[in-house]
Amino acid sequence: MTITVNGEKTSHEVEDRTLLVHHLRDVVGLTATNIGCDTSTCGSCTVLVNGESVKSCTVLAAQVDGDEVETLEGLAGDGGEMDAVQNAFQQKHALQCGFCTPGMVMAATSLLRENPDPTEEQVRMALKGNLCRCTGYHNIVQAILSAAEGIR
Amino acid sequence: MSILGTRVVRTEDPRLLTAGAIYLEDLRLPELQGAAYATFVRSPMAHARITEIDVSAALAEPGVVAVLTARDLDDIPDQSGAAGAEPLLAVDVVRFAGEPVAIVLTEESYQGEDAAELVSVDYEELPAVIGVQQGLSDETLLFPGSDSNVVGKGGAESFDDAAFAGCEVVVERTIVNQRVAAAPLEVRAAAARWAEDRLTLWVSTQNVHGVRDQTAGRLGLDPGAVRVVAPDVGGGFGAKIGADRETIVVGWAARRLGRPVRWVETRNENLMGMSHGRAQRHTVTIGGSRDGRVAAYRLDIVQDCGAYIRLGTMLPNLTMLMAGGVYDLPRIETAYRAVLTNTTPIGAYRGAGRPEATAAIERAMDLFAAEIGMDPTEVRRVNFVAPDKFPFTTKTGATYDTGEYAKALDTVLEAAGYEELRAEQRRRRERGDPLQLGIGVSTYVEITGGGPEAGETARLSVHDDGTVTVWTGSSPHGQGHATAWAMLVQDELGIPMDRVTVRHGDTDVLKEGVGTFGSRSLQLGGTAVHNAAVEVKERARELAADEMEADPADLVLDVESGTWTVRGVPGQGVSWARLAERAGPDGLSADTKFATNQATFPFGAHVAVVEVDLETGRPRLVRHVTVDDAGPVLNPILAEGQRHGGIAQGAAQALYEEVAYDEYGNPVTATLMDYTFITAAELPSFELVAMETPTSANPLGVKGIGEAGTIGSTPAVQSAVVDALAHLGIRHIDMPATPERVWTAINEARTAQ
Repeated sequence: MTITVNGEKTSHEVEDRTLLVHHLRDVVGLTATNIGCDTSTCGSCTVLVNGESVKSCTVLAAQVDGDEVETLEGLAGDGGEMDAVQNAFQQKHALQCGFCTPGMVMAATSLLRENPDPTEEQVRMALKGNLCRCTGYHNIVQAILSAAEGIR
Repeated sequence: MSILGTRVVRTEDPRLLTAGAIYLEDLRLPELQGAAYATFVRSPMAHARITEIDVSAALAEPGVVAVLTARDLDDIPDQSGAAGAEPLLAVDVVRFAGEPVAIVLTEESYQGEDAAELVSVDYEELPAVIGVQQGLSDETLLFPGSDSNVVGKGGAESFDDAAFAGCEVVVERTIVNQRVAAAPLEVRAAAARWAEDRLTLWVSTQNVHGVRDQTAGRLGLDPGAVRVVAPDVGGGFGAKIGADRETIVVGWAARRLGRPVRWVETRNENLMGMSHGRAQRHTVTIGGSRDGRVAAYRLDIVQDCGAYIRLGTMLPNLTMLMAGGVYDLPRIETAYRAVLTNTTPIGAYRGAGRPEATAAIERAMDLFAAEIGMDPTEVRRVNFVAPDKFPFTTKTGATYDTGEYAKALDTVLEAAGYEELRAEQRRRRERGDPLQLGIGVSTYVEITGGGPEAGETARLSVHDDGTVTVWTGSSPHGQGHATAWAMLVQDELGIPMDRVTVRHGDTDVLKEGVGTFGSRSLQLGGTAVHNAAVEVKERARELAADEMEADPADLVLDVESGTWTVRGVPGQGVSWARLAERAGPDGLSADTKFATNQATFPFGAHVAVVEVDLETGRPRLVRHVTVDDAGPVLNPILAEGQRHGGIAQGAAQALYEEVAYDEYGNPVTATLMDYTFITAAELPSFELVAMETPTSANPLGVKGIGEAGTIGSTPAVQSAVVDALAHLGIRHIDMPATPERVWTAINEARTAQ
């Protein structure tokens, strides 16, 4: 299979049952995408496939053959400068242990591409599939609203 | 201007936000090259005798390196212990569903899942003891050699029949503080490697030193033969304190195999194997006069320990200690019984014993208020410990350092607009609105940073390039120590925080330390760092005096520029880099240990506002306003973050979370599809009000903040749900206040009317 991950084309042979999240972590070597549950509930493994946010623990690697995948590692600029969402997460203290963060940032990125002017209610609904145990979501919501403002 | 108290964004975040943190499963170290993957075979039964384990089919699977059971643990000290002692792998009997029975080691991780299913274990089912009532009955004993499932007792031998004599009103009620799962998003994980008779263990833990000592103890090793390293840790909430049996088995298996081993559990295993929290049944009795004064309070605790004693007897002791809350009560009686049941063992969970105490007394206060027809805030005000009574020693033996309980309550009521909320509640009741409003108020005090072994270590070194390294014994998991400790250094030494590196989580670098739990970090670990900086500063003064040929007393540190000058001679200065160079390698360093027996007692008040849909029973938290006073705040954004997270976890216990078993001990909440996490969609933004009452227990004047939000929010939210239905005659609903439970209460109240 061949996929483009964060703009770079990679080709590998994969076992039929390999999950995308394991492929990204163990084969491509990008470990920011995390696994927090076995039931696609927590959203820590959220990545973008052809621009759509998906839970990479629910997708087989072979299913995304030929597709474009974006992970947390691809968001920052070439010099490592954080993008608007990442920057807002730092400024608003929207992460503590950081485990849900890659998934949260990807979910937020997906939301803001679709809806650059969300209400607080819309942000909260959009995060329903991403669990955080540390922040109580307060600062995550604030960060996304603030990033939206910056992007606009 | 001092950097302390300012909103400094976290220095650790850019790495976490661009590359992702390095959690245990992300480690790609050369030392772990060729590691075997561990998968545990776990009991599907709550209580059973193991008659046979056949590993032959599993061993024949591709990639299987070994399958090991308790029988193979013959090279470590005897595991048979007293009732409640936990073996490393189940020996003859399994006592909870999810208990590890064998460990399968494979070349690849996916192979482990396949092979584990082929380990054939014959179980002879025994009656399962589920719930404290069954545990207390002693009909089935978990440890047949003992005469009871009760493995701990404390407090009053018996309650005084006359305790409530003379009270105009006495209310008694049994309430449940349900079993919940800590469920950090990073599950448990470990990796192990032996080299030259020494074990290196990488663990996702809150306290590397505790893991080192416990692992060494269980494997019969000298603590010096074990090095424990914690990489980034994806949450802990109390449940990653100490070495779990799986972690120790992974360390042992690496020795047995002669190759590294790595392990990460699944969420399903995590919800069955990691310590659960709370799990107390309280019978509260409260009595007093109709003017609101409480004369006596009794708290009878039954702690469900689960199948083995982890912290199951420590927690009720803390609950008893904090039983009286913020109130000056003439009489308090407490007692506890800790009982074994065939369920996952209980350990620490955010607050560990204190949220339970607060939930009990706050519910009792509300029940008492309802009985005498007084506003719940008034009942509290009448009974508060007055500000001039501190230090205040309670009837249960805690000595509260400082407190301003009425001020905290007044402040939060003002911020919430309490009178207007009550008016809105009246309007909704009068018009028969299907969406009723409930207002819950809680006031609390907690104990943090205490205990006879309270203390923490630090080392600080100034290098000859003018940078600083700080090593801390307080190994964090998201609390922001790298930022906070650097702020303390900048404040004391004038060295900018971007030149300060904070290191933690390696027992070889700092031999002694305690860890991050119980809201202890800033007051103990932060003070150790502060003291190390003060010590280094005094050493630097001497060096600078030599360099400048001046009297040390005349040397002044300009904190703005980070240079030393002689008083009255502003032109010339000497830098930290120069002094470090002069001092030689490690010459400008200090090792400190801050220890104190004096705990601190943070306090606060919460107001929760819920809407309850009378048709469906669904409660919804619409506002949450808090005052959480932990003394001076080092960095408001960190403190607020701790409060936010705590509020959400507390609200989640009140409304959603419960670990449940069926009558046979099958866990019915063993995935995140069944165990109800709170999400962003169920929560409002929180309204935080600042208040700072310092303590004298440490030079920074600080108290703990990590658990405050949870302690205050749980009873406030629970009480708000009950309050929404008070006009129907409802006085109490056990947690979690699920729509079904609330609807049932509404239905029963309407039927009774």
